[in-house]
Amino acid sequence: MEPEGSPSRPMIDEIHSNGGINLCDGDGDGDVDDEPSIDASTTTTTNNRRIISSGEQLDVEAYGGLYQGRTKIMRLLFIAESCEGNPAMRLEALRMAHDEIKKGENTQLYREVVQKIDGKLGSNYDMDSTWCDSVDRRADQKKEKLENELNAYRTNLIKESIRMGYNDFGDFYYAHGALGDAFKSYVRTRDYCTTSKHIIHMCLSAILVSIEMGQFTHVTSYVSKAEQSPEALDPITAAKLRCAAGLAHLEAKKYKLAARKFLETGSELGSHYNEVIAPQDVATYGGLCALASFDRAELKSKVIDNVNFRNFLELVPEVRELINDFYSSHYASCLDYLGNLKANLLLDIHLHDHVETLYDQIRNKALIQYTHPFVSVDLQMMANAFKTSVAGLEKELEALITDDQIQARIDSHNKILYARHADQRNATFQRVLQTGNEFDRDVRSMLLRANLIKHEYNLRAARKH
Amino acid sequence: MNSLEGVVVQIQGLSSSAGDISRLHVILKQAEESLRSESTRLSPILNQLDPSNHSLGYLYILEACTSAPVSKEQAATLVPYIARFISYCAPEQIRLAPEKFIAVCKRFKDQVMLLGTPMRGVAPLQAAVRKLQNSSEHLTTLHPEFLLLCLLAKCYKTGLSILEEDIFEVDQPRDLFLYCYYGGMICIGQKRFRKALELLHNVVTAPMSSINAIAVEAYKKYILVSLIHNGQFSTSLPKYTSSAAQRNLKNYCQSYIELANSYSTGKIAELEQYVQTNGEKFESDNNLGLVKQVVSSMYKRNIQRLTQTYLTLSLQDIANTVQLNSPKEAEMHVLQMIQDGEIFATINQKDGMVRFLEDPEQYKSCEMIERIDSSIQRIMSLSRKLTTMEEQMSCDPQYLAKAGRERQRFDFDDFDTVPQKFNI
Repeated sequence: MEPEGSPSRPMIDEIHSNGGINLCDGDGDGDVDDEPSIDASTTTTTNNRRIISSGEQLDVEAYGGLYQGRTKIMRLLFIAESCEGNPAMRLEALRMAHDEIKKGENTQLYREVVQKIDGKLGSNYDMDSTWCDSVDRRADQKKEKLENELNAYRTNLIKESIRMGYNDFGDFYYAHGALGDAFKSYVRTRDYCTTSKHIIHMCLSAILVSIEMGQFTHVTSYVSKAEQSPEALDPITAAKLRCAAGLAHLEAKKYKLAARKFLETGSELGSHYNEVIAPQDVATYGGLCALASFDRAELKSKVIDNVNFRNFLELVPEVRELINDFYSSHYASCLDYLGNLKANLLLDIHLHDHVETLYDQIRNKALIQYTHPFVSVDLQMMANAFKTSVAGLEKELEALITDDQIQARIDSHNKILYARHADQRNATFQRVLQTGNEFDRDVRSMLLRANLIKHEYNLRAARKH
Repeated sequence: MNSLEGVVVQIQGLSSSAGDISRLHVILKQAEESLRSESTRLSPILNQLDPSNHSLGYLYILEACTSAPVSKEQAATLVPYIARFISYCAPEQIRLAPEKFIAVCKRFKDQVMLLGTPMRGVAPLQAAVRKLQNSSEHLTTLHPEFLLLCLLAKCYKTGLSILEEDIFEVDQPRDLFLYCYYGGMICIGQKRFRKALELLHNVVTAPMSSINAIAVEAYKKYILVSLIHNGQFSTSLPKYTSSAAQRNLKNYCQSYIELANSYSTGKIAELEQYVQTNGEKFESDNNLGLVKQVVSSMYKRNIQRLTQTYLTLSLQDIANTVQLNSPKEAEMHVLQMIQDGEIFATINQKDGMVRFLEDPEQYKSCEMIERIDSSIQRIMSLSRKLTTMEEQMSCDPQYLAKAGRERQRFDFDDFDTVPQKFNI
């Protein structure tokens, strides 16, 4: 029972409090009601820990609570940038980013954030130059210390120490925001790795830095390197690697592969990979990519019947509902959910530039799937099912037909769509005749050209003699 | 004078058998010079000779007659003589002196054009072509002359009858270029775009060591016909095109290639704009009519695309989609296309709706079976031709010498040298 139970609240807002999720569980009860709600106008945002949910604003605090480390800061900054029209949310995001940065040692980011805050949050959030200077000084001292240590180890030629030295350097650079140097340091440990554990550690660090830098080609290569390790990976590491691979594919717009990777992620992931991705993200990315790129059979077997992935989907019940709706052909509600989620998905750092494409693909799939089993479809009814106008629907269908994704013809007078299956026999005859003509034409011109070349050759030979 | 009389007597006497004719040929060759010097007085002699029996002699005298430039009045008298000669002459005799025959026919063509009545030359030249050909696959120098007269006289159908035959043997490459170019133009005139495309393609891809003007003009028309017939044009020429053509053709036909690019965008307004601005260029190449056909073909193509998507569509919608000005125009376009057999549809004027139908061809009729059967026969004979050609080639001594030198050597015996020449 909700502490603030107002009976009209849609039930989807509750998040199934699975163990291991780094959330403040506000209510404590973990019921999720199955009744889908189309009503998007909901109420309070105060202590409910709904994250990405129907139509409301993103709860920035809860969202930030899902992550840790540098990605938390980057995500909050991205939200601040993207929600220009919503100053309250923007300031909240900047405030949280500021607090998080202060906990770390990255003065560069600190300066940026303070500039963006611009004094709007009160005097606590003004430029604290003393803090900056002290951090920088400490950084220099630490760097010197690390360098000395590393040199000592290098002269001693103790592999393990050298490896640790480089690792420490990598961590140091990462904390201070010098991502390129961090990456180089981590990669340097490769020569000093002795066990497969070391290699995996190096790969994970490299992957982390590459994701932060946005260089996803490195991510793919290091994931495969880690997966090739001779020892069996423990489930959490395996799950982490799958997520990273999925992210890389997502960035490369290979939605099918991304979906597969996300769906294979084990539920042991929990919140262990908070410095990169939250389990809610796994569910959302995986669900949407699967919906956009899988066919029905694959959707059923890999998503709906996937016990493992169900754990993730419980975290974002809306995505689960929308997948189920799509599969059971309730397109209107499915598209509604999608519409509601859109605003918040655009604030997500990895997904924002894929949202449009994915949405278009899902919509097209819905249209195709709707018309597939029928011989004739009344466009008026279809427009109702998709909550659009007949004229708009006609335009969309025309595009799909021209693209050859739907085999049908539109009767524009009566507004009916008729399925049309190509007559194989006629098509074969046409092709045969055409091939015959082409062969005829090509052989004749070949013989002619051969004759000309022979003539030319003879002419040249005659001239030579 | 005497030598002239003597020649006439010889001709009359020695025109009966093959052996005699070859002797006559030798005599005539020797007498050639003297004949030419007497060219002005030769016309009355022609009356003494019979064109069908004394073809060779008649030919030599005719050739000497016409060797000097003629004026219009002389042309008027000579033309009927030559025409008569061509229709009556004996093919075996004139094939002994083909260059003379060709020269005579060419001058005949010039005279006919001088008189301004190309129509008079069409039938005689057609007969001339038939008589000069060794076989129906042989291309003579007279073919392009004949086609030129057909074009000038606008007798396209007679030209088509010659074009229907396949050509495999060519005397002179230049003949082929002209033949295919004129033939392409005739086919365009008759709206046989497929055949026109084929002929123009032959010109453009023929082996040539350096670019020539005929190929350039042919390429321009090729681009336009390709747009009309196929709705698209690709600037990449096939691999077997000569390198000279591949490198240089595009430079001369820049505005046409831009026209093709504009066409491929599918926007009619842009295309018409482009045609407007470059009108004089197309006009100067005599291609403006063809360009206008390209523009109207775009409307057709857009309407055809609609048949793939819609079963029925209102005329208003057609006008909007295809960017026509009014439903009335759309109706006219659709009507024209139905009449030309380019689409299958019915127009319901009451509702202003067009109903698109499927192609009624079921491929079950007798005509279709005959058509398929004849296609099969044709292709089989073509295959046989290919095989014989390959056999001939593999016995050719030059080929063997070249291939022998570069063959792979797997065995000890392979290292024997191949003889360079076969003295058989």
